Amino acid sequence: MNGALHEVGAVQEAGHAAGCADAPVLRQRGQREVFCGLTGIVWLHRKIQDAFFLVVGSRTCAHLIQSAAGVMIFAEPRFATAIIEERDLAGLADANDELDSVVGRLIARRPEIKLLFLVGSCPSEVIKLDLSRAAQRLSRSLAPAVRVLSYSGSGIETTFTQGEDACLAALVADLPTTRARRLLVVGALADVVEDQFRRLFAAIGIADVDFLPPRRAADLPAVGAGTMFLLAQPFLADTARALESRGATRIAAPFPLGAEGTTLWLRAAAEAFGIAPARLREATGIAEHRARTALARHKAMLAGKRIFFFPDSQLEVPLARFLARELGMRPVEVGTPYLHRAHLAEELALLPAGPLLSEGQDVDRQLDRCRAARPDLTVCGLGLANPLEAEGLATKWSIELLFTPIQGYEQAGDLADLFARPLVRRLKLAV
Amino acid sequence: MQLTLWTYEGPPHVGAMRVATAMRNVHYVLHAPQGDTYADLLFTMIERRDRRPPVTYTTFQARDLGGDTAGLFQQACRDAYERFRPEVLLVGASCTAELLQDDPGGLAAAVGLPVPVIPLELPSYQRKENWGAAETFYRLVRALAQPAAGTARARPRCNLLGPVALGFRHRDDVAAVTALLDRLGADVHVTAPLGASPADLATLADADCNIVLYPEIAATAAQWLGRSFGMPCVTLPPIGVSATRDFIAEVARVLGLDPAPVLADPGTRAPWYARSVDSTYLTGKRVFVFGDATHAIAAARIATAELGLSLVGLGTYSRELARDVRAAANAYGVEPLITDDYLDVEKAIIAAQPELVLGSQMERHVAKRLGIPCAVISAPVHVQDFPARFSPQMGFEGADVIFDTWVHPLMMGLEEHLLSMFRDDFEFNDSAAPSHIAAAPAPATLAWAAEAEQELKKIPFFVRGKARRNTETFAQSRGLSLITVEALYDAKAHFAR
Ligand code: SF4
Ligand code: SF4
Repeated sequence: MNGALHEVGAVQEAGHAAGCADAPVLRQRGQREVFCGLTGIVWLHRKIQDAFFLVVGSRTCAHLIQSAAGVMIFAEPRFATAIIEERDLAGLADANDELDSVVGRLIARRPEIKLLFLVGSCPSEVIKLDLSRAAQRLSRSLAPAVRVLSYSGSGIETTFTQGEDACLAALVADLPTTRARRLLVVGALADVVEDQFRRLFAAIGIADVDFLPPRRAADLPAVGAGTMFLLAQPFLADTARALESRGATRIAAPFPLGAEGTTLWLRAAAEAFGIAPARLREATGIAEHRARTALARHKAMLAGKRIFFFPDSQLEVPLARFLARELGMRPVEVGTPYLHRAHLAEELALLPAGPLLSEGQDVDRQLDRCRAARPDLTVCGLGLANPLEAEGLATKWSIELLFTPIQGYEQAGDLADLFARPLVRRLKLAV
Repeated sequence: MQLTLWTYEGPPHVGAMRVATAMRNVHYVLHAPQGDTYADLLFTMIERRDRRPPVTYTTFQARDLGGDTAGLFQQACRDAYERFRPEVLLVGASCTAELLQDDPGGLAAAVGLPVPVIPLELPSYQRKENWGAAETFYRLVRALAQPAAGTARARPRCNLLGPVALGFRHRDDVAAVTALLDRLGADVHVTAPLGASPADLATLADADCNIVLYPEIAATAAQWLGRSFGMPCVTLPPIGVSATRDFIAEVARVLGLDPAPVLADPGTRAPWYARSVDSTYLTGKRVFVFGDATHAIAAARIATAELGLSLVGLGTYSRELARDVRAAANAYGVEPLITDDYLDVEKAIIAAQPELVLGSQMERHVAKRLGIPCAVISAPVHVQDFPARFSPQMGFEGADVIFDTWVHPLMMGLEEHLLSMFRDDFEFNDSAAPSHIAAAPAPATLAWAAEAEQELKKIPFFVRGKARRNTETFAQSRGLSLITVEALYDAKAHFAR
């Protein structure tokens, strides 16, 4: 791992023509400072409004979710943890019976729940509690009122946004089949963004569009050989594979971040549906122009500034591409927990050569690199942000990029603002 | 399996982190998967700490499970020692690693580091955060404390035990109690865990007594110090005027000092404020108390004996100290509530119909939802529980802080009551700004008729601003350009629905 640092030099040499497509990647295996996949519940439960997420795990899992969600003003949240206790481990209680009774009580209290996810955790996986069997069993006993699915959000299997991937992949297995030629947009988006995209697709001439995940369990889209799917998020490797195994075809595209990203994303869909470029331009021109105007306002603050990404959400590469190309920022290191070459191919080609690409983490070494680079802005998790600020480095918390609507034309300015604000703030403060 | 929607306490290793993070020159190697690193943000975000907690997580993954997680753990110990050079290394497992049975203690010992390694066995499936903190502190003290060196000195010295990271006002309590002891003629020898190094713990027995500020965290360690070195111990947390007086008397007795001068001139306004006539309205107001045992018991005493409120409920989530809370509840003639399910607490609050709730951040949310005034008295903490200003709970200064913080929401409550017709407040609707943020002037198109302006003046001054804003919002939403008396009352009816 020490030797890996020498790769930094090699990176600068990397080919210019194809952006970062062939850039070497620094792979690190050390302490990772990232959330596990359970965190996805925080945004997924808001998206699917009649779903309940039941983590089968430990007090740590329960504490993680409530800490990641912050103290929220909820009457009763639509997520909970079935905490495994000593008696479950000692075999005094049959874990499956216990789980059935917890679910029974839960459903009795929350009759509005239509879709229940049993979410696996590290402890449930280490003790080999088979949640997919439990889900089938419970689905049978609760049908037709409640559908029960399972996926793993465990920290030994999933990193942060991979929890959403696992959740959506579980949904895919349960989708009805169709042969119709339809567009499927995959990845949780804020409702407002989803509505904007729906209008844009309609204007382009793609009327048959579904979104996964849907807002309600009853609205699960159908998939099949006619389905063309467009990923709205870069972290959906398993979901894409599951869709492909149902016969669907992925439309390769960059991700809809920024004006350019959104246009290229829409264009990929338009091409796949045989729509003339002129029609696309006509449908998107005004919104794209609005987005570029919004971005221009932030350019003065961001252009030329050096930015460093700690690995977190897998959004790092598309974000770096957006910030570099549309705002003139200079990425120094782009860390990502997992670099999916195929899904990021278009992104990597667009990302100007130069930054160190790193995959995985060894947090102390990465902090050393960050301190040495002294970037103007560091994108990192909440555990690192204040300590870096205290060292004089401006930071942007990455989790906000998942909780805030950032995709599409109308959000491009907001997205730029998320990065500009920490810098603006520093200029304002005189204390 | 226990169905948990929200929990007052985290797992026991988070308690260990609260001890390690509070101290200097200690590092904790935790055998845990990557997601467990979330715990760092509790310290860096809630407490706004400027450094990462001194914790190295092994972050093993599924693919390591078949292989060598033990080797991974040993490598993490070596790397952590090399990088951080602590005086002491704490080692342990979180819930997942506990199932792997890798034996962190044995593995770390085998690495042969040149510093003491203290293994922590914190059963994640039985115990919780406060227990974990207490056990960690006890293990540290037990491993490090040496017999007294017996140096002579002019003033007696005490140890302040129990303050940790993420404690409810611990930092300020330490300052308040230190100042109080100084007035009494005693010095603080070591404050621990907060700010102490392992070397400081080694000298604990050099003090003349131990003062346990937070029994949840320091009782076990203090008992051991008592047994091992014959150190006397004072466990009367000085929260409230009467408890502070008891505390002073007891410390003075143990140390052979004269408490009279401090007791004669306590310098607190709370007792007089409580007696002043404007506090009459507090009499018999119904109060519900829930929190950790120490703060809950103290709050019950202050509420009843120092503010003249009526206690209608008392409870705790600390099962370790449930007995003390039961005894206190029985003494006040209320049903003790021992639970870590906030929905049970909510049920009890609804049933007790209190006019004031004293609890943790969760009770604050519950109370807000129910429209009942509330003040926070206990962990689990929230970023608001680390105010920029000095706000201890302990000592006479703490008593004054408590008087202000508890009585203030009751006044607000009075205001809320008058305002039930103007409910469109930010507490109920987050799109409206609170009235203490200057209201935007009415748009030019909106004018007040003279009689309406007159009528507005009849509304008590402290709710007038809000009434004005609400009426204007209403008028705008109806497209009115002139606000008449009629419109004012339409608005009132509208917001009272
Ligand atoms: S990393 Fe594993 S044990 Fe920790 S919170 Fe996530 S699922 Fe639970
Ligand atoms: S808006 Fe401000 S002043 Fe008005 S009741 Fe709420 S807190 Fe008090």
